[in-house]
Amino acid sequence: MSGESAGRARGIVVVGAGQAGAQAVASLRTGGYEGPITMIGDETYAPYQRPPLSKKFLAGEISFDRLYIKPVEFYAQANVELVFDTRAAAINRADKEVLTGDGRVFPYSKLLIATGSRVREINVPGFDLDGIHYLRSIADVQGIQSKFREGARLVVVGGGYIGLEVAAVAKKHGLHVTVLETADRVMARVVDPIVSHFYERVHRAEGVIIETGVTVSGFEGNGRVEKVDCGDGRLYDADFVVVGIGIIPNTELAVDAGLHVENGIVVDEFTRTSDPDIFAAGDCTNHPNGVYGHRLRLESVHNAIEQGKSAAAAMTGGALEYNQVPWFWSDQYDLKLQIAGLSSGYTQAVVRGDPEAGRSFAVFYLKDGMLIAVDAINRAPEFMMSRLLIAQKAKLDPARLRDESIAMKQIVQ
Amino acid sequence: MTKIIYVEHNGTEHEVDVANGLTVMEGAVKNMIPGIDADCGGACACATCMVFVPAEWEAKIPPKEDMEITMLDFCEHTQENSRLSCQIPVTDALEGMRVEMPESQH
Ligand SMILES: Cc1cc2nc3c(=O)[nH]c(=O)nc-3n(C[C@H](O)[C@H](O)[C@H](O)COP(=O)(O)OP(=O)(O)OC[C@H]3O[C@@H](n4cnc5c(N)ncnc54)[C@H](O)[C@@H]3O)c2cc1C
Ligand code: FES
Repeated sequence: MSGESAGRARGIVVVGAGQAGAQAVASLRTGGYEGPITMIGDETYAPYQRPPLSKKFLAGEISFDRLYIKPVEFYAQANVELVFDTRAAAINRADKEVLTGDGRVFPYSKLLIATGSRVREINVPGFDLDGIHYLRSIADVQGIQSKFREGARLVVVGGGYIGLEVAAVAKKHGLHVTVLETADRVMARVVDPIVSHFYERVHRAEGVIIETGVTVSGFEGNGRVEKVDCGDGRLYDADFVVVGIGIIPNTELAVDAGLHVENGIVVDEFTRTSDPDIFAAGDCTNHPNGVYGHRLRLESVHNAIEQGKSAAAAMTGGALEYNQVPWFWSDQYDLKLQIAGLSSGYTQAVVRGDPEAGRSFAVFYLKDGMLIAVDAINRAPEFMMSRLLIAQKAKLDPARLRDESIAMKQIVQ
Repeated sequence: MTKIIYVEHNGTEHEVDVANGLTVMEGAVKNMIPGIDADCGGACACATCMVFVPAEWEAKIPPKEDMEITMLDFCEHTQENSRLSCQIPVTDALEGMRVEMPESQH
């Protein structure tokens, strides 16, 4: 042990002060664990919620302090040592220590890796011009907000839910917004074409320009971005750009430590990694899901919270299996999209309501008659009922699902 | 600041002052009162922030919107007087309001 760590009691160390880490710490204390807890995070703030970063916080509707997952005082009261602005640089598994970038050493009895994910960067000429933004942290929002002037021209690269949420907020603030998406439709990775086309219709009705099937080939400008080039003759004027083209799980610590990593840190249903003293939770994990019978890597609050709870149990000798129907939401304009389950592999999409008119409908995804997922737009009953039915692996009659005279509670025959 | 009394399912009471403009859900989270999970952080997307509001307070809080009504309809412990606490902004009119929490939010 180095001099730096001498005298430090060995306890639970959490690397990553985000949604999963905060949940694990809270669950450790409510679960009765009284030993030392140290949380190491590379951001400046106590753990905060990211969803509002592309919604109400970006819109300026809520203040900074309303983002905190737990009030800042919680950590002192719960006797949790917070080490911020500090990057964990390596894990020494032999001596059970975490080494930080600034040379400190934190011995652990159990270690939780909750390092989340980071944005995927765009790798085209001009990528380093000023005015090109990403959105993952509070600092990112502050950069974007400084450009939010009525009439400013924003080009959003990537028509995923984050890009579209940014577009919706910017439009409400009177900006000129263009969204460029490589796939032939927006949100192609997560929803059916019916839902994609609905969102394209609504954004266009709100005045956003949506271009699909275009790939950004470069940014032009004199120090600062002025144009976005799509290589096919299309060139878009921009005062600033927000890029939202996906995320990469932060697995480097685990890889370097020799843990099993494959599209995320491989854990079991109790968040255990291939090292009995190391656990992982949240965006950075690849975990089994019993509902679907295969492994998943998810990027959602629900996943981070539930794995955080399981990790707290597992690190203190308990066992809380994480085996749930994934769910997610996205807010754009007056639309609340709630997604339950995962639709990949569906054999039939059943629509309830009218996606062509109005702003409320649901799409159910069936696999050989069994409900596996739902996309519900301003449709809480469809969402809530489906969460139960997916877990039960219910077989449903498409005709009944389509029939709006049958209430969701009566949808099972 | 408005005084709100949160009552856990086991009867434990927490009397706290909550800043106007926050929601009843945020008042609980900020004061570390157990019994409200609030997984979605107030987006009206998760239904894990349910409380029971005594009838005499109902007129003083904004009526439920459709989304809230339908979410509550599917909650396990829902009652006539259930509300999603993230949809109740704290105002002077709520001074002294007691809200009770369900056995669990799941
Ligand atoms: C703009 C935006 C909108 C979103 N909207 C939604 C939504 O509507 N609904 C939804 O369900 N989900 C949403 N998400 C996703 C959700 O926020 C994430 O899935 C969730 O935050 C994951 O939690 P986590 O703890 O795994 O990671 P994070 O919350 O990202 O926390 C990880 C932390 O670890 C830190 N870290 C990483 N490496 C190190 C290291 N080596 N040393 C120290 N610290 C480190 C990171 O900086 C970060 O602070 C959104 C995400 C973003 C960015
Ligand atoms: S906090 Fe999620 S619905 Fe209230």
